[in-house]
Amino acid sequence: MLSVNDINVYYGVIHALKGVSFHVKEGEIVSLIGANGAGKTTAMHTISGLLRSKTGDISFMGHNISKAEPHKIVRFGLAQVPEGRRVFSSLTVQENLEMGAFVSPAKNSREIADDLGLVFKRFPRLKERKRQQAGTLSGGEQQMLSIGRALMSRPKMLLLDEPSMGLSPILVQEIFGCIKEVSQSGTTVLLVEQNARMALSISNRAYVLETGKVILEGNSSDLLDNEQVRRAYLGA
Amino acid sequence: MDFTTHVINGLGLGSIYALVALGYSMVYGIVQLINFSHGDIIMVGGYSVYLVMSILGLPVWIAAPVAIIVCTLTGVIIERVAYHRLLVHNAARISLLITAMGVSIFLQNVFMLFFGSDPKAMPPLFTSTILKIGSLELASSTILNIITSVIMMSGLQLLVNKTKIGKAMQAASEDTEAAKLMGINTNSVIAITFAVGSALAAVGALLYSNTYPQVRPDMGNLLGLKAFVAAVFGGIGSIPGAMLGGYALGVAESLTKAYISTKLTDAVVFGILIIMLLVKPSGLMGKNKKEKV
Repeated sequence: MLSVNDINVYYGVIHALKGVSFHVKEGEIVSLIGANGAGKTTAMHTISGLLRSKTGDISFMGHNISKAEPHKIVRFGLAQVPEGRRVFSSLTVQENLEMGAFVSPAKNSREIADDLGLVFKRFPRLKERKRQQAGTLSGGEQQMLSIGRALMSRPKMLLLDEPSMGLSPILVQEIFGCIKEVSQSGTTVLLVEQNARMALSISNRAYVLETGKVILEGNSSDLLDNEQVRRAYLGA
Repeated sequence: MDFTTHVINGLGLGSIYALVALGYSMVYGIVQLINFSHGDIIMVGGYSVYLVMSILGLPVWIAAPVAIIVCTLTGVIIERVAYHRLLVHNAARISLLITAMGVSIFLQNVFMLFFGSDPKAMPPLFTSTILKIGSLELASSTILNIITSVIMMSGLQLLVNKTKIGKAMQAASEDTEAAKLMGINTNSVIAITFAVGSALAAVGALLYSNTYPQVRPDMGNLLGLKAFVAAVFGGIGSIPGAMLGGYALGVAESLTKAYISTKLTDAVVFGILIIMLLVKPSGLMGKNKKEKV
């Protein structure tokens, strides 16, 4: 469904991704794990078109998206939940969700209202606060809003960048539970996480990124038992 | 003349500041650029009116739309030619600022080249009469300014809050990258922002030429600067702030002229800016960012 082939991404002179390749098949949850600065967010931004790779290509459902503008990539059905939530803090919860539906394939406002209902069903707390400014929400609620906003575009694939960042363990459980549900309802998921244990526990496959290179890949259950991964990322 | 008359006259002048201030504020909100060439859009609008009415001898209902179209196009072309590449490549804000000053100097010199540097008189757009409302005696142009600015701003509020493109403008001004991830074409949002800001400046130019019927290449300097002060005073980036700032500045100017001294008006205007920056740097309606990480 998504295939990233040999991409090289630079920030000025810094070579952030060095020939990275990976793929995600339809229906999978795939995680990219690695330490701070390994290049995980860079990979996400390159897929979404916010950054450009110098070489290599990225294809999504048969479209070559390596040179596409970010707003066009969203229309292909690829939505990102960015690192740090990035909700529109002066807009209300409901307005944020409506922004998410900006390029939704929904045909009319009735269908968008239905999608909104689905998000509120998934996150009842957002419904309670729908008229509140998004900036006044707690971190966990903002994360829910950011995920809900991405779902409003009816994505075929969801990119999640560090959804656990800064959240309490209970909230992390809740967010990961919801990622699983999103996956079960038919959306493919690519997950970037520093919390390797959580990421590996819900994903089918995973890639380990280290200083801009993929150093390991495999089934998540195998990686959970892998000695190298255990020592470096699971603290065991 | 009593106090009320001075306040209403001030609102009439402030209407022009407010219309121009909106362009500064909207553009700043989206690309964090103080667009110093915005004041010169007024001058472009003024010369458009001069050309159509004084040179071609056509009536105001042709001159007005021509001025609005010319200004809108000028604004969009300036964005495309001068700022676009800098924005796309995320250039330092100081480079944008200097480019904006360059555009301003360029525009003024082009008009100086074609029309000379001396002021050109033109007929007022509308015949002015004195209206008596109770004990108040007001120039019809003052009333026209206030009514026009209120209509324009209500329209702008509707555009920004009720339409899809308006919501996209709000989203892009808050977080451009996140807006892109929503599927918003931020490049066209930026172009539309320049277009709307310039169209409002054109309306400001029409009102200005009606009130002070002459044009000169540097007419945008002080007017633009004062409108910029109004935008900062109201809280740059905030649309209601720009309106409020414009009116406040106009009234302050009018009252200074009436009760203190005509010579001191500009000093008072900029004094108000300095006090505001000391007391509340974000301006009257500046956004207090509430964010949780």
